[in-house]
Parts: sequence; structure tokens; C-alpha cells
Amino acid sequence: MSVRRLAEESVQPAEFKFSRDNAAWAKATIKKYPKGRQQSAIIPLLMRAQEQDGWVTKAAIEYMADMLEMPYIRALEVATFYTQFQLKPVGTKAHVQVCGTTPCMLRGSEELIRVCKNKINAQPFETNESGTLSWEEVECQGACVNAPMVMIFKDAYEDLTPEQLADIIDTFEAGEGESVTPGPQNGRHLSAPIGGLTTLAGGDSGPAAKTKEPAAKPAPAAAPAKQVEGKQPAAMEEPADKDDLKMLSGVGPKIETVLHSIGIFKFEQIAGWKEEERAWVDGFLKFKGRIEREEWVKQADALARGGVEEYVRVFGKKPR
Amino acid sequence: MLQDKDRIFTNIYGLKDKSLKGAMSRGHWDGTKGLIEKGRDWIIDEMKTSGLRGRGGAGFPTGLKWSFMPKESDGRPHYLVVNADESEPGTCKDRDIMRNDPHTLIEGCVIAGFAMGAHTAYIYIRGEYIREREALQAAIDECYDAGLLGKNNKCGWDFDVYVHHGAGAYICGEETALLESLEGKKGQPRLKPPFPANVGLYGCPTTVNNVESIAVAPTILRRGGAWFASFGKPNNHGTKLFCVSGHVNQPATFEEAMSIPFRELIDRHCGGIRGGWDNLLAVIPGGSSVPCVPAEQIIDCPMDFDSLRDLKSGLGTAAVIVMDKSTDIIKAIARLAHFYKHESCGQCTPCREGTGWMWRVMERMATGNAHKKEIDMLFDVTKQVEGHTICALGDAAAWPIQGLIRHFRPEMEKRIDEYTRKNSGDAPALEAAE
Repeated sequence: MSVRRLAEESVQPAEFKFSRDNAAWAKATIKKYPKGRQQSAIIPLLMRAQEQDGWVTKAAIEYMADMLEMPYIRALEVATFYTQFQLKPVGTKAHVQVCGTTPCMLRGSEELIRVCKNKINAQPFETNESGTLSWEEVECQGACVNAPMVMIFKDAYEDLTPEQLADIIDTFEAGEGESVTPGPQNGRHLSAPIGGLTTLAGGDSGPAAKTKEPAAKPAPAAAPAKQVEGKQPAAMEEPADKDDLKMLSGVGPKIETVLHSIGIFKFEQIAGWKEEERAWVDGFLKFKGRIEREEWVKQADALARGGVEEYVRVFGKKPR
Repeated sequence: MLQDKDRIFTNIYGLKDKSLKGAMSRGHWDGTKGLIEKGRDWIIDEMKTSGLRGRGGAGFPTGLKWSFMPKESDGRPHYLVVNADESEPGTCKDRDIMRNDPHTLIEGCVIAGFAMGAHTAYIYIRGEYIREREALQAAIDECYDAGLLGKNNKCGWDFDVYVHHGAGAYICGEETALLESLEGKKGQPRLKPPFPANVGLYGCPTTVNNVESIAVAPTILRRGGAWFASFGKPNNHGTKLFCVSGHVNQPATFEEAMSIPFRELIDRHCGGIRGGWDNLLAVIPGGSSVPCVPAEQIIDCPMDFDSLRDLKSGLGTAAVIVMDKSTDIIKAIARLAHFYKHESCGQCTPCREGTGWMWRVMERMATGNAHKKEIDMLFDVTKQVEGHTICALGDAAAWPIQGLIRHFRPEMEKRIDEYTRKNSGDAPALEAAE
């Protein structure tokens, strides 16, 4: 077992509050369990708090305990028992979790750990100087046929070479982690053998050729697309008071330049995108659904209406 | 060799349509209501006929497990809990079911739930499987929209499926620890008896099944238990998802018939051993908890529960970890010892203290900084941990080390000799492991 303690008082924020969306989500989650058994929701709720704040604060633990009517000690036990909860701040742009258990070790995870030590910090859980990156060695992540692998936030990056991991870390550091396609990085499709299918190769039913989760190498974000579905959103001349599109989660300097190149400068423009326009931009940027996933339209709408304040009210965190 | 028409998971790689419509076009959700109308006894008998043994590692007959649930409710609700806390090193089969073929699991939940009189299922998925959880939840939502789940659904059995998740604790794959965790507590296993079938989740009758065991049930019932029993050797029937990792040319997950010889498994699906068959050192055939088997013993061994048990190993979850001759096997097992030290829940002393002790000694064995008599002491300690804990984590921590000592003792002694020679020829001072 591992000894885990809460972070020092000096870094603990005074209070915790779920954002409006998360509070509604929490209510629905508690409903999944029978009456009087609301304590069951503690793990999902703490996990959501971690997603919101980046780590699990003491205030969050006590907030959950109050919400679920359980003693603080029971909530503290849960937070310290389960190792996926980060009890102190981790890198804001990426916390790299390298699987180091034997199946990954056999395929070179020690090299990946070396990359992390060189690029981030010699010690796990310590951030780099700017506080943007951190790493840890985790136990089996359940992607053993795609070893070695790392997890960064919600996605797994598999079949890695040390060079690829170094590139991925750089990309996250630049704030463009979303441009890396999750999954295998060596061109294979999920857990299928790389040399071609040995089972289920025949097309017994359904369109076998189309894949929804492409196993492509990280594609350059701004490749000119020849044929993309949907409708190109209306462009505008570069205005004097253009918005900082990088405030949208999922937009980095590189993507901002691309957006400028198609005449997108203001939050109002993005907030007004309809489905076909979103589809076009998504196809143009080769994002595979990231605009929907990251809720660009909702984000842009909040920023356009009330700036940072409104954004915090809706999402419960500052735009970056 | 198993043919595609006999494969249950027809979309395990997600190359085909994953939606409900796509799943239906491949035959899932076909006549679910008819299966339920045949009644509880018919379902359980058919599952017993199929010879399906639980796919979570222990290989307990699934039909028998279902029959343990009380026939009549005493007022307490019954629960089906699906163990999707797939954390055994080497194992990643349930992941592909949940992200690519989730409807097999959901339909299985309805049928299994009916067979045990449960109206509610909780699927406990490990915290790291975030995208898998999203895919599964999306599939469940689809089923609610299509009227296959919920009250007065088209299957004729009111049923709700909820997805719950953990937060990175291997021990929650143990069924009673899983129930504790699902109740919002630390995942520390419960003493048995009472067994979950009598006192399980929230004190109610509960059955905990692995994802794969549940997901194969609808197809078994549609095609008949006899069909499933036609694969594999007696007492080891059916098809099975294998996940082969480590030093093969093409690691992969795939469905094969039970009792397929190891050599055929590797040559047909994994492109052979890295560097050829002569380069094979050892294999861990069923996830990290089972002892390793040296090359010469496993090459022609059928991959099933009983054949591997005869080699003093086990099929476990059919997570095959292959090691070629470049492997430092002592270090590989030492890393597993670290895993168990990290994952021990801390409840029973032999495990809490023993896993740490074994890991520290294994680290010294890996460098050779040890006495040969310590190998015997290590073996002795593994025997003291094994069988003296509430759950099987203590056993799981002990077995890989026992397997190593059983088969690779000369290697360990050689390491100690080399270390001793390099360090001025003196025998190393005895070092306490604490």
C-alpha cells in the first residue's frame, strides 16, 4: 500500500464549489444509488472535483462529505486510499502517467520514464519550473497489448517510442495536446495486430473499412484540407480588437494562427457556428470531433457574453 | 481454429458500426424477450450446459454462480454487479468489449439480471478507463432511448443499468472489495461468509461477474449451450478473449477457442516470438498473478484452465505475457512484486508487511546482492503469506515469486555469484529487508 497524505495547508485553497454544470451532474449521479446510499457517489464526485480543479483539495473532500452526509474521516479515507486522486497540484498542461508494470517494462517503459525525468523533473509528482508539467509512474493501466503507454488526463497514448513521447510532451507544453491523436502511435488500429487482421477480416456485416477511431500518427494541425464536409463559416477582415482565441480550452498558438487564416478572429463568430460550420472547421483542422468535445461554441459564447467572469460562472474554472 | 462465424465478439476492434443499429445488424439484441420468456431455470441450465467458467481469472462456473442467488426475494432487492475493474497486469480484454462491442455486455446484463431476479445492475469500471466509460454510457443511453432498458421495456423485464467507476485501486477487482468501493468506502475485502449471494451490495443478495462472462451469455443462449461447449477440452469449454503482450512480433487481443496450443496461438495471431521460437525464455500465461512457465514446458501446452494448472500455473484472465531471452526475468518478477506492494490494501498483516518485504528482497535478488540461503527464506515467506489473508492478493503476490524460484533458481544463484565476485569476493553482509 502507498502512504498518501493531503497537501500542505499553504497550498490548500480556502473553499471548494462545484460549477453550475458539475453541481447538476452531481445531483444526477447521486440519484443512481438507492435512497440513503448516497455515499456510493463519493468516488465519482471526487473525480469530478479533480477534473474541475486539477487536483483533490481538502476543501473538496469536506465539501463532498457534507454533500453526501458522511463523516469527514470516511471521505478522507477514500481520497487517500485511491491512488488516482492527486492530493497535491500537478502540471497544469499535462500530468504524464507512465505505466511501469512488467508488460510495459518488457517493451521499454523504462526509457519513457527516463524521458520524463529529463524533460520534466527528476522526481515524480514534482512539476517542472513553470509548473506546467509533471509525471508519475503508475501501475498497470490495462493497455498491455499496446505497451508501452502513457496516460495524459483522459487519453491514453500507446505503442510509444521515447522520441514520440518527447514530442507529445512538447506538444502538451505548447498547449496543443489535443492535436495529438490518442491511441496507438505506430499506425496500428487499437488492439488489432499491426501486421493485419488475423480474425474478423471478412466483412460479414457493417462497413468494415470505415474506422471511427483512426490510429493515425499525430497529424499536423493545419494541413490544407481538400474536401471537407459542412459549410465554411463566414470569414471577417482582421479587426483591430480581435479576441484572444487561445482563451478557449483546446486552442493553442498554432491553432489560433490557423483560425486567423480562415478569417476567424472574434468569440462571437465561434459562438454562432451551426452544426455544419462546426463540422467544416472540425474537418479542416482534422480534429475528429474535438470542437464538440471541448464545447468551443459554449465556451466562446460565455466569453463573448461576459468575458472571463461569465466563463468562470459557467465552467467553474478560469479560461487559460 | 475458431472461425469468424463462431466468434462472439464480432466487433472487438471497433472496425464496424458500434451503434445499437450496428450491433443489431450483427445479431445482438435478437430475440432477447424470447430468451427471457423461456424462464430462469432454462437460462441457468443452458449456462451450465455451456460449461462457461468465469472469465475474471478464478474460472468458477458461471451458471452455478447464478444459481446461488435466492429463488424468491425476501423483500431485499437483488443486484447484479459487473466487475469491469480490469487491472490485472497483462489484461486488456474487457476494455475492448466496453469500447467497441458494448451491446454484448448490456444485453448480457439484462439476461443475467433476469436469471438472478435482479432489476438493477451496476457496472464497476476502473477509473483509468475514461473513454471506455464514455463509450459504454453512450451505448446504455442508446438502449434506454430504444426502450430496451428501463421500466416496461421491450425485453419484458424491468431493468436499469448504471455505470460506476473506481479510482485506481487494483484490489477493487476482488469482488467484496469492489462492493465496499461501490458503497463509497475504501476497497478492503470482506471476510466470507457471508457470501455476496446472501449479503452483498447494501446488504442485499448480489452476484459479481466479470465483463466477459456476462457479455458471452446472450450468444450462448441464442446458439445453445451445446454450441459453446463444442470448443475446447472437457471442463474448459468455449471461446475466450486472449490478450498477448510482451516479446511477440505483433501483440494483440483476439478471440480464440479454449485449449488452443500455445505455439499455434502465437504463430497464428501474434506473428511469432520476437527472434524466433528458440529465443523464448518464459511465459506468464494468465496475468501477473499466475506463476511463470519456462519455454520448454509451455510451447505445446493447450491454453486452458486445467492444462495450465497441471504446469502449476493458471489461465487466469488469459493475459499472456511473453518474455524472450533478452529479459531479465528476476527484474521482471521484482517489478511485479512492486506492483503487489503498491496495491495491497493494508488490511491483513501478512500481505501488508509481506508484499513490501518480498519486494525489497526481490530488488536485492535482481542485483545479486544477497545470500543463496535467502532464496529459501524468500520462498518460505511467500508460503507464509499465501493462504493467510482475507482475499487472494496475498496469494497473487506470492505465486510469481514461487514460480521464479521453482524454475529459475540457477539464474538467481548465478546473479548472486556474479555480484559476489565483482565485489571483492567477499560474501555480502546480511542485510535486513526492513
